[in-house]
Amino acid sequence: MGALMTMTQAVLPFADVGRRDVARVGGKGASLGELLRAGIRVPDGFVVSTAAFRKAVENLTVRGEPIAELTAALDPDAPEALAAETARIRAAVESAPLPSPVVLAISAHYERLCVEAGQGDLPVAVRSSATSEDSAEASFAGLQDTYLWVSGGGSVAEHVRRCWASLYSVESVTYRRRRGIPESDLAMAVVVQQMVGARSSGVMFTRSPLTGDRSVVAIDASWGLGSAVVSGDVTPDSFVVSKVTGEIVRRAVSTKTRWHQPDPGGHGVVESDVPAQLRDVPALGDEEIAELVAIGRRVEAHYGCPQDIEWAVSRTAPPGENVFLLQSRPETAWAEKDAARTTPAATPAARAFDHVFTALGKRPSES
Amino acid sequence: MSPAMSPAMSQPTGERSFPLPSQIAAVPGAEGWEAMYPYFTRFQPEDDQRFWFYNSMHFPEVVPAFDGITSEIPYTAIGANTARLFVFPTTMGIEYRILNGRVYITANPVLDEAEQAQRLAHFQERAGYYYANWDRLYEGWQQRIEALIAEIEAVEVPQLGELDDIEVVTGSRGYATNHLVRENYHRCIDLYSKMWHHHTEFLMLGYGAYVVFFGFCKQSFPEIGDQTVARMVAGIDVTMYRPDDELKKLAALAVELDLADLFVEGNEATKVLSALGERGDAGARWLAALEEAKDPWFNVSVGDGFYHHHLSWADDLTVPFAALPRYVEQIRAGEDLTRPTERLAAERDRIADEYRALLGSDDEKGAFDQMLGLCRQVFPYIESHKFYCEHWFTTRFFQKIRAFGRLLADRGVLAEADDVFHLRHVEVEDALADVMLAWASGGTELGARHWQPIVAERKRIVQALAAWTPPPALGPVPEALNDPAVQMLWGVTDETVQTWLGGDELEENVVRGYAASPGVVEGTARVLGGVNEIGQIREGEILVCPVTAPSWGPVFGKIAAAVSDIGGTMSHAAIVAREYGMPAVVGTGQATARIKTGDRVRVDGDRGIVTILG
Repeated sequence: MGALMTMTQAVLPFADVGRRDVARVGGKGASLGELLRAGIRVPDGFVVSTAAFRKAVENLTVRGEPIAELTAALDPDAPEALAAETARIRAAVESAPLPSPVVLAISAHYERLCVEAGQGDLPVAVRSSATSEDSAEASFAGLQDTYLWVSGGGSVAEHVRRCWASLYSVESVTYRRRRGIPESDLAMAVVVQQMVGARSSGVMFTRSPLTGDRSVVAIDASWGLGSAVVSGDVTPDSFVVSKVTGEIVRRAVSTKTRWHQPDPGGHGVVESDVPAQLRDVPALGDEEIAELVAIGRRVEAHYGCPQDIEWAVSRTAPPGENVFLLQSRPETAWAEKDAARTTPAATPAARAFDHVFTALGKRPSES
Repeated sequence: MSPAMSPAMSQPTGERSFPLPSQIAAVPGAEGWEAMYPYFTRFQPEDDQRFWFYNSMHFPEVVPAFDGITSEIPYTAIGANTARLFVFPTTMGIEYRILNGRVYITANPVLDEAEQAQRLAHFQERAGYYYANWDRLYEGWQQRIEALIAEIEAVEVPQLGELDDIEVVTGSRGYATNHLVRENYHRCIDLYSKMWHHHTEFLMLGYGAYVVFFGFCKQSFPEIGDQTVARMVAGIDVTMYRPDDELKKLAALAVELDLADLFVEGNEATKVLSALGERGDAGARWLAALEEAKDPWFNVSVGDGFYHHHLSWADDLTVPFAALPRYVEQIRAGEDLTRPTERLAAERDRIADEYRALLGSDDEKGAFDQMLGLCRQVFPYIESHKFYCEHWFTTRFFQKIRAFGRLLADRGVLAEADDVFHLRHVEVEDALADVMLAWASGGTELGARHWQPIVAERKRIVQALAAWTPPPALGPVPEALNDPAVQMLWGVTDETVQTWLGGDELEENVVRGYAASPGVVEGTARVLGGVNEIGQIREGEILVCPVTAPSWGPVFGKIAAAVSDIGGTMSHAAIVAREYGMPAVVGTGQATARIKTGDRVRVDGDRGIVTILG
């Protein structure tokens, strides 16, 4: 029973977590669980919790010294020494055997994914899931690694260790040391999620990132995996859709020259040129755009605020079941501007037609 | 690359310029065109300093000499209402000039702040009175305009017999009938002028309310489409739809009375009418229903009310009878042609509610409610006035002038009645005086020798001028084009001007206009010069036309998309296309010139772009 308890805490399926579980499963993990609860289609998976991290890493030592203490002592202004020391720490984290309950749990949940997908050695994404939602920490989280198209239980466990180890990269450690973030609170969850063989992917904001307009959804889309869009390797198609009328208000189909695709060898991602006949074709059909918008609106309603979403359209799933969300987080830039805004754009007047006097009393350029 | 990014844009404001009026080259074969219009319509040397734009919306064709009245009189009325009567704070009236037969306009702004403040005080008192009493005053307007229509219909064109009637003597009327030639002609002109004053009485106040709501929506929702704002305020039970609705009813009646076999494509109105006369009771019942529908609903112009040759359905049954076969066919196929007014109303309210819910504060929601409420109060006027003014009154007016033309033709002054439209309205008075004198003196009219060469010359000139492509604007571009009237009525904004400036960067296969109704569709183009050609259009084609008016309504059930040379987001084509849920691009200025029937085209109603695919 004791082992089982540990197992449940070490690894949690998406279905068992929600937005209150950030401390255990990180922001990304909590968000995926929450989306699933809201009835949104996300590729299934599980989270290796912060408890597993602690169990595995807390007691590690390098040259007999606990790694937390070693790291805390590093000087960000001595980059060469820091680089040498973090390399040793990372090697230790990557090579340390995982506690057996954690290994068992990861294997069990990975097998479950394989069975449910009807595919042995199911390819998954392994990515870090930070425990804090604030924006500075979020960009810190961005420093951690993501591994795509990982397959096999052993390989998954190995990449979980690599994610953890990425906390000890030069960039991460420098970041923490400069900001004085204590090593004692350090924890990281790792999300393991079935890969979507994406025909198209991209991002979606449930308000305009350019104007802040809350009545529209803005979608960027390109062929293949989303990494091409996120990395800026391609100029994506861009669609702005009215939430109210469903009309595509603006549509800019670009020439999409590059795409990222899963390595046919089964590991990682291959970047290549998009075939000429596909380059100028929109990466999303109008029905898919409409479905994405509907999903975006549901997620926004679920969270009660505009969202910044990553999505993919599966190459293999049938239409109607092929649109997946990979991630959703609150939009922050315009939310901050909204919060800073003190005066409303207009207030009720004594008589409705007083608005005409206010607006037409002066030439617009002088107001 | 959007046209707004063209090189012309990068030059500092003020240095950008369209050709100056004085630089426009003469059109070969059109020498002497100036005599067709009054001296005050001519560009002056100092006009080179001002910015003018071509009013292609109202005057898409060369203006014949008589039709010059459709700019002269409207501009006396619209300016009087904004500048002197309601005292709009930042704008006086509109000045116009005619160049090569086309009307160019410019708005006179009020720039001095102290003057603006003074005018605002008057505006608040005067416009406030109208807004506060809108419904009552609008009811009065309705009565006045209908009385005016009755008056124009009642105007008689005197018959000059060998002797005057005995009643003139026994009633001791005191003046002979030739006096009435001038008086009744004058009455037509005077009533036309009064109609335009009524027309613009409510118009600018109505647009004012709309501009304010529009501005607020654009500020709160920068990405909102113009047509979406229009949809929130659009009326449901609009007079403009009535003529088309009446046709549908007549089609249903034809099916009910078992007369459907008479309504087949290509069957001319006169043939159908005589055939109906041979169908006994059923035919008689249908003809009676037609008579009832005609008054007033067939008083709808095949154009927009600015040219004499735009007749009404009542004057020329070709258009309604070209539309009937399809309606008959649809009704026989069991289709319900009635407009789903409840669904349209519910959809309009849903859109407004959803935008309202997206506003950030209760204050904004309260202001939104007030602005939208005011718009919906003023909109029945905006939507209905055209039927009464540009259609019903104006088609009657031109028919009266045509009748005076008949008198001139009968008296040998003109070769035919319609030649009267090649005389300026003050020249017609001269010609009528000639008739009055000849009848009185027992002599002969001298007009044939004088007017007939002039008419022949002007017909040639009009034809020569038709080949000229008017520049969209003339003169230096102002710092900011922010006259709400100009923006609202003509859709001319800084952005439009920039698009025009970018025009020389010619995109061969692209025609740009206003995105009037969303959606993208590809299909075969059918270019129609006028509504009397609508019989040519085939199911699923893309209509390309100069301008659509309510009489085009029947065609919308058949086409896949609409493209027009003229019109803004509030134009007829735009409104009807939105209701039918089909893409539309309007105000392209050149679609009928650039696109040919049979061309494969893509209409992008989201972006206002028509691409000629080949």
